[in-house]
Amino acid sequence: MTSILFLVFLPLLAAAIAGFGNRMIGNVVAKSVTTGALFISCVLAWPIFIEYLAGTMGPVVTPVFDWINVGGMHVEWALRVDSLTAVMLVVVTSVSFLVHLYSWGYMAEDPDQPRFFAYLSLFTFAMLMLVTADNLVQMFFGWEGVGLASYLLIGFWFYKPSANAAAIKAFVVNRVGDLGFMLGIFGTYLVFHTISIPEILAAAPSMAHSTIGFLWFRADTMTVLCILLFIGAMGKSAQLGLHTWLPDAMEGPTPVSALIHAATMVTAGVFMVCRLSPMFETSPTALGFVTFIGAATCLFAATIGCVQTDIKRVIAYSTCSQLGYMFFAAGVGAFGGAMFHLFTHAFFKALLFLCAGSVIHAMHHEQDMRYYGGLRKKIPLTFWAMVAGTLAITGVGLPGIGGLPQIGFAGFHSKDGILEAAYASGGGGEIAWWVGTIAALLTSFYSWRLIFMTFFGAPRWAGSEHIQHAVHDAHGHRHHQESGHEAHPAGEDAGDEPHVHGAGQHEVPHGTGGYHPHESPLNMLIPLILLSVGAVAAGFIFQHFFISPEAGENYWHGAVWFSPHLMEAMEAIPVWVKLGPTVVMLIGLAVAWYAYIRKTDVPARAASTFEVLYRFLLNKWYFDELYNFIFVRPAFAIGRFFWRRGDEKTIDRFGPNGAAWVVAGTSRVAGRLQSGYIYTYAFVMLIGLTAAVTWAMAS
Amino acid sequence: MNGFPILSVMLAIPAVAAVACLFLSANAARWLALIATLVDLVLGIVLWAHFDIGGAQWQFQENVPLFGSFGWALGIDGFALMLIMLSVFLMPICIGASWQAIQTRVPEYMSAFLFTELLMIGTFAAQDLFLFYIFFEGGLIPMFLIIGIWGGPNRIYASYKFFLYTLLGSVLMFIAMLWMAIHAGTTSIPVLLNYDFPVHAQMWLWLAFFASFAVKMPMWPVHTWLPDAHVQAPTAGSVILAGVLLKLGGYGFLRFSLPMFPEASHQFIWLVFGLSAVAVIYTSLVALVQQDMKKLIAYSSVAHMAIVTIGLFAFNVYGIQGAMIVMLSHGLVSGALFLCVGVIYDRLHTREISRYGGVAFVMPKYAVLFMLFTMASIGLPATSGFVGEFLSLMGTYQVSTWTALLCTTGIILGAAYMLYLYWRICFGEVKHDDVKLMPDLSLREVALLAPIAAVVLWMGVYPESFLAPMRKDADILMARIERAKPAGDSHLMTTKAAPAPATQAEAE
Repeated sequence: MTSILFLVFLPLLAAAIAGFGNRMIGNVVAKSVTTGALFISCVLAWPIFIEYLAGTMGPVVTPVFDWINVGGMHVEWALRVDSLTAVMLVVVTSVSFLVHLYSWGYMAEDPDQPRFFAYLSLFTFAMLMLVTADNLVQMFFGWEGVGLASYLLIGFWFYKPSANAAAIKAFVVNRVGDLGFMLGIFGTYLVFHTISIPEILAAAPSMAHSTIGFLWFRADTMTVLCILLFIGAMGKSAQLGLHTWLPDAMEGPTPVSALIHAATMVTAGVFMVCRLSPMFETSPTALGFVTFIGAATCLFAATIGCVQTDIKRVIAYSTCSQLGYMFFAAGVGAFGGAMFHLFTHAFFKALLFLCAGSVIHAMHHEQDMRYYGGLRKKIPLTFWAMVAGTLAITGVGLPGIGGLPQIGFAGFHSKDGILEAAYASGGGGEIAWWVGTIAALLTSFYSWRLIFMTFFGAPRWAGSEHIQHAVHDAHGHRHHQESGHEAHPAGEDAGDEPHVHGAGQHEVPHGTGGYHPHESPLNMLIPLILLSVGAVAAGFIFQHFFISPEAGENYWHGAVWFSPHLMEAMEAIPVWVKLGPTVVMLIGLAVAWYAYIRKTDVPARAASTFEVLYRFLLNKWYFDELYNFIFVRPAFAIGRFFWRRGDEKTIDRFGPNGAAWVVAGTSRVAGRLQSGYIYTYAFVMLIGLTAAVTWAMAS
Repeated sequence: MNGFPILSVMLAIPAVAAVACLFLSANAARWLALIATLVDLVLGIVLWAHFDIGGAQWQFQENVPLFGSFGWALGIDGFALMLIMLSVFLMPICIGASWQAIQTRVPEYMSAFLFTELLMIGTFAAQDLFLFYIFFEGGLIPMFLIIGIWGGPNRIYASYKFFLYTLLGSVLMFIAMLWMAIHAGTTSIPVLLNYDFPVHAQMWLWLAFFASFAVKMPMWPVHTWLPDAHVQAPTAGSVILAGVLLKLGGYGFLRFSLPMFPEASHQFIWLVFGLSAVAVIYTSLVALVQQDMKKLIAYSSVAHMAIVTIGLFAFNVYGIQGAMIVMLSHGLVSGALFLCVGVIYDRLHTREISRYGGVAFVMPKYAVLFMLFTMASIGLPATSGFVGEFLSLMGTYQVSTWTALLCTTGIILGAAYMLYLYWRICFGEVKHDDVKLMPDLSLREVALLAPIAAVVLWMGVYPESFLAPMRKDADILMARIERAKPAGDSHLMTTKAAPAPATQAEAE
């Protein structure tokens, strides 16, 4: 299998050429090299996937070279391909290739294109290293590599303070998860004396009833390890508590959001749980935790998605919510279902983001849906592609009861599969089914709300500053004086914009501000069309292989923990359970239609009636404020305290300066000694306390 | 190497050049210093190439008795080899970094640096207790002069503080060494390594050595000399201070405290772990609020050195090898970061972070290299920083999950303060006009930073080159301290068997 070497390392090579060549080789060469490399990778990936679908291939490990050898630990750079990896290979390379292609159009105006394409390819390489990892440490390499690429791409427009803040936030919050991941690796090595994933999975059942000490308590070994590792997954996959970075990550260019923050990187956590599924299966507690976090995130993110007005943030919260589905699928033991949803989600969510990009492109960088409206006729292809994506995410399809065939868009097959598996697993799974179904209602509502606000109704473009700038640029010279005015924030209200551009005011259709949106160029539309095909058909075509009892077992072949029993139970659930998701989908659609097309004053009235709830959701449950209050600001305050009071006023004063004072006998220093000694006492106490605690801990 | 005294030659070259420099013009002194350090680098490579991995513990031994039991005894093992390589690798870079930045008393400056090199190689190669002491403490003197003469405005205070701190430690260590020499009847380090001191005496000896090494390390709370020394030192002085002098403490623990006093080391694990865990969190938080680039990196050094100390006292090969790799990695990375600071300091003559911003616009090459070293400092996998940190923390986890947890928070805080620093310097809009005029890296500056970047990646992707020479020595050290190994707090119990062994271990 030398093709896997090319598949993985070509993007790295391309990234190096584009990144170091940069201005020297020029935009076109850099873009061609990276896109070409990804095209080859993609072409190499599909045959591998098809071979596994045919069931003719077992796992193959291609060693590259040794990495770390210490004591009994051997870490190797190696590329593992099995049916689980094969899924990820096609997802990563296909979406990445399409995003590269799309970026030709989307980033055409950017002065820094080689760097952008280099980062994209670097990301793809890191992601491929992650999914081909045969040991936990290489997985961690890929894990951090994608984190780096994500950091660089979120902060791609590094002159923007908001982009920098978002980039750092993404990196640091992910590091909180990584803390868990690292401790999980340490613990796993302590228990199993190996970091090789297949060896750990083989040995995991033998540890099922053992216990281990961790910090101050003693608990079931596998529970401790799985939860530590899962904390890593929570960070990367933006699960409740560690999700705050994902919406902010939308500061990056939209193709980045599609590739990294929707289709691939954020699913790494799900991939990890599936990869280690035999490990998780040994601990019901850990699985319960995974289910709980997944279901909670799924609902929580959906509630926020319902009130956001930034088109990308809506889709970001939707991603967060869909990841929640994947996790609770894993939590109830339907790892095949989780991977299936990951697979279909990659296509339809990348599609939604790229469509959003196309809308933003057409609307001159305006991202606020309040300034959209009526775009259906202006950008028809984008509209239809986005509808395809929405049909997929909301799970439109025939539920296959009463002798009808079960057929629908991609998300229908995968999401309903997850919900059915949750119900079939019983116990906590039934609660997860209720939570997931309510989230499906919200999903349908916010997804259609997005469509209706963007593409239907009357244009509300005139209120947007971006659009005004665009119009000014177009007739720039004539309106110099006016643009001077409009450097100030424009009025919020779209209707009575005081100075809509003089030139032919009577010809301008109401609300457009004289702006003419254009459909995106072909290199942006082709990815939309191809992804639409995926969003329509991926579910129907592949359902059989991923989750049907026999074919699933044959496909997964032990690559994930697969329970034919559960998959069979799925088919025997009551009709109302099968029908539920479809019904709530229709309700969501109807509510969205009523509120955003039929009676457009409903949302405003609802917001003022439920003011408190509305604010709570609009402010994203106040997580950012809370974290700022309990982590960020105290960190800086404590840092300053340690520095000024600890280092300077205590250690230095009694250390070297004190010695100087004794030696020199000057009263000048003595004067300073009088002030603020209460801090010194506090500090000395802190030292004593630390010593006492550590001593007590160690003995 | 059949009898060729390569270690003595490596010491003689900087010694001769250092004296010669004093009689030369500024320019000639620069060239002589550069050539001498490059020759030592070549000899270092020869040394590495001829080092027999897995062969005898001590290689390239030389022994000339001088008087009494005191002798000119040199020899290296894998640990010493790697640290010597670090020293000879960084030395030419330091000379290059001072090429234009230093314009006053150039011959004396070059001479001081060459003496520093001599003393550092000597410290790592010495096999006689008192020879070690002379080299170890002698390293203080040229550094003291470099800060005191060529330093910033507050240099006298900084060098005095530096001196005062290290002096205290070294007095105690010297007394301990005297006692050891008398008690054991030898000053040969290889012999002492296998000499079992009485347990009660070990405690006092350990504490005396600890006083010296903790300051050199530096460990919290005796770290406050470091930020001042760095801020006042010229760029090359900071490079060598962070790059090599901070490694003397770790080397001391590895060479003396652990193998000579294993029982005492076991007894004081709580002290080392406690101080290190405090250091990681405390100094990382302090680094977060710094306004001065050099102070920020200095504080980050203290946090990184804490990862070394926990690794060393984890009593397993992961911790020991990891600590060594952290030392090597930190030597390279923090050296490179100080060079990066020096590059922009030379252009704007300020270390105030807020005076920069948007540097990536005007200095793209610089931004790339600075990003690489930032990531290495954060411990991104495939850079040297990760390998060491990972191994060291992994070793620590086996002994104390608490310490591992507290110290692993360093990866969060480290990311926060380094990325925040990088943002304020390289990213954002160009706010100041003088920043707009800063030229990108010159060829000389690229030549200083690129080799370090290459080694950082090499150590990150294929650390085997660096781990292999130390593997056997780590095993030897482990064999020596195995008897004092702590039980660890994980106590894995595989069956529902009686919890008797666990409670026993807990009672220890």
